[in-house]
Amino acid sequence: MMKRDIILAGVGGQGIISIASIIGYAALEQGMFLKQSEVHGMSQRGGDVMSNLRISHHEIASDLIPFGQADMIISIEPLEALRYLPYLSAQGWVITNIRPFNNIPNYPEIDQVLGEITRLPHHIALDADATAKEAGSTKAANIVILGAAAPFLGMAYHKLEDAIRFIFRTKGDKIIDLNLNALKAGCDFTEKHM
Amino acid sequence: MQRLLLLGDEAIAQAALDAGLSGIYAYPGTPSTEITEFVQNSKFASENNIHSSWSANEKTAMESALGMSYAGKRTMVCMKHVGLNVAADPFINSAITGANGGMIVVSADDPSMHSSQNEQDSRFYGKFALVPILEPCDQQEAYDMVHYGFDFSEKFKVPVLMRITTRMAHSRSGVIRKPDIRKQNELKMPSDLRQFVLLPAIAKKRYKNLLGNHSVFITESEASPFNRYIDGPDKSKGIIVCGIAFNYLLENFEDRKVPNPVLKIGQYPLPRNLVEKMADECDEILVIEDGYPIIEELLKGLLGRGLKVKGRLDGTLPRDGELNPNILAVALGKADTFGLPVPELVVGRPPSLCSGCPHIDSYYALTETLSDLSNGRVFSDIGCYTLGALKPYEAINSCVDMGASITMAKGAADAGLIPSVAVIGDSTFTHSGMTGLLDAINDKSPITVMILDNGTTAMTGGQESPAFGKLEDICRGLGVEEAHIRVLKPLKKYHDENVAIIKEELAYPGVSVIIPRRECIVAIDKRIRAKFKNK
Ligand code: SF4
Repeated sequence: MMKRDIILAGVGGQGIISIASIIGYAALEQGMFLKQSEVHGMSQRGGDVMSNLRISHHEIASDLIPFGQADMIISIEPLEALRYLPYLSAQGWVITNIRPFNNIPNYPEIDQVLGEITRLPHHIALDADATAKEAGSTKAANIVILGAAAPFLGMAYHKLEDAIRFIFRTKGDKIIDLNLNALKAGCDFTEKHM
Repeated sequence: MQRLLLLGDEAIAQAALDAGLSGIYAYPGTPSTEITEFVQNSKFASENNIHSSWSANEKTAMESALGMSYAGKRTMVCMKHVGLNVAADPFINSAITGANGGMIVVSADDPSMHSSQNEQDSRFYGKFALVPILEPCDQQEAYDMVHYGFDFSEKFKVPVLMRITTRMAHSRSGVIRKPDIRKQNELKMPSDLRQFVLLPAIAKKRYKNLLGNHSVFITESEASPFNRYIDGPDKSKGIIVCGIAFNYLLENFEDRKVPNPVLKIGQYPLPRNLVEKMADECDEILVIEDGYPIIEELLKGLLGRGLKVKGRLDGTLPRDGELNPNILAVALGKADTFGLPVPELVVGRPPSLCSGCPHIDSYYALTETLSDLSNGRVFSDIGCYTLGALKPYEAINSCVDMGASITMAKGAADAGLIPSVAVIGDSTFTHSGMTGLLDAINDKSPITVMILDNGTTAMTGGQESPAFGKLEDICRGLGVEEAHIRVLKPLKKYHDENVAIIKEELAYPGVSVIIPRRECIVAIDKRIRAKFKNK
């Protein structure tokens, strides 16, 4: 029996909904239950966005993850990873991009932001933009982060690959391969650094 | 059975399609927009001629739906909670006329005001209008309730209100569809052709009829599959819980087993017998509502001398804001959980106008024009441009309700604040600005109205604007003088020219309309992508 409570974080337009769809599809394919709550509307336009994603072999009650009980925070932006720490459980992991998305005048010193992240007991921090670029396009930074989270998701890696093939099925083989490469690169990073 | 992964909004739309919907009416509003969009994008809907284009506002939507119900067909009308204020007149009266074809009104509340001006609770409207209310606790129930609601509406000839919240609307989970799709109704007039004529003599009868039905609705609530009494051994406390808060309650107990008796409410008026049973059995009652304390007030009564009732009014739960599992844990006397504090260096990242947004250039031109006058003259409205209130623009001084920019500017001008400026978007203008402009014209009020025309309803995701291509004609038709309808191109390179034009119109002692026209860049992007896709 497996359950994962995941906070997905980022800035509007960074692609957290795609991550949610991929994990969600993979979970449903394995007959798991799922609840995912997301933010629309005024919270976009470059504002912070977060989504609660819960997958479990048991029926799930709440759409919202209680504070202090998330198994992981997956973030495409380092400052956003920190914003949701109150949700993280004591054993929980933070998997985050270290590349800042600086669209506010008072963005804190990036070194201090990264300092806060590396102080956390369980963290994976990588430059997903650079990794994605090597894999073919910076647009796949979100998938690199998903790959980095893959070893913590409690599901077979190929299930995520299948989900990517499904979610991007209309976009052509090139895009699919690019995303599979990005996923792999992220996953490799975590396996090396865990 | 295959489970579809659907947002609450999508589950409602899918259910309506499966239940024989003939038309959906709406004006976009977060978090209700996706219901109508789901129907608009449905192949089944277009193949079956199901009406789904946007209405000019919630009132016109409500009335069109009532007309479709009059003609015997099943119809749904959707809005965000404040939209129900706009549609309140036809809504309240539709309870008196009653329905013919099934009619469901969906109102999406926004506790915690994620993207709204208030957190009003639509259940008040249902109670006010004396219509039954359905309030789902999850996406499956939302799906099932739509079928139930249409049947109910046709059986008792009454519109049914469905109340959801942001969390329900924008949360996804597995939904199992019903196996058969119901056919649409045939065109069928009401059996009494005077049913919808609310002349006093008829209205009085219809109202008595509605009042008479109230006890029937209570009986229906008592038998409803959506109201469940779940017994528990610990009678020191009974729990009444509504809608999605039910999930937060269950989250707090291992295997979702609550030791206390729980009355889960999904249909109103309240099931009297079940509430009575709880009052008899339990020493006190905790009422959990993700909205206003409506049931709590009802149970307490004016003096609160009867039952021992806890909830939002006595501080057991916070008085305002959205509920969550932690808030309930505290209310239940359980240990709260918390991760790590947010590090001090974390700052807010508020939404802002997209870079390249036409409104930015409009605001810079307007602010410069006003710079030698005293501050506080710009009345604005609801849309992306409301973000102009924030830094670095700080260009507007009000945002109250759809259309209020023009009428507030008029009132302020009447009071002597001259010049006064109204800033309103194109679709907000056709939603509720036109009538206010007419008032100003008839009064020759010295106001300058800027209609920011970005060609779309941008804030809710770029729906087509009912105003598209019509603004000058509308203004002319209402009586704005031709010489004082000015169209600008809000671009940096025309800044000085634009400032000069605004200055001229501010000096004019009557109504002028300035239309800065440039397409929303997100809409352009979407358009180009769609074109690319079709190639
Ligand atoms: S969505 Fe369009 S109108 Fe809204 S802020 Fe962005 S560019 Fe401006």
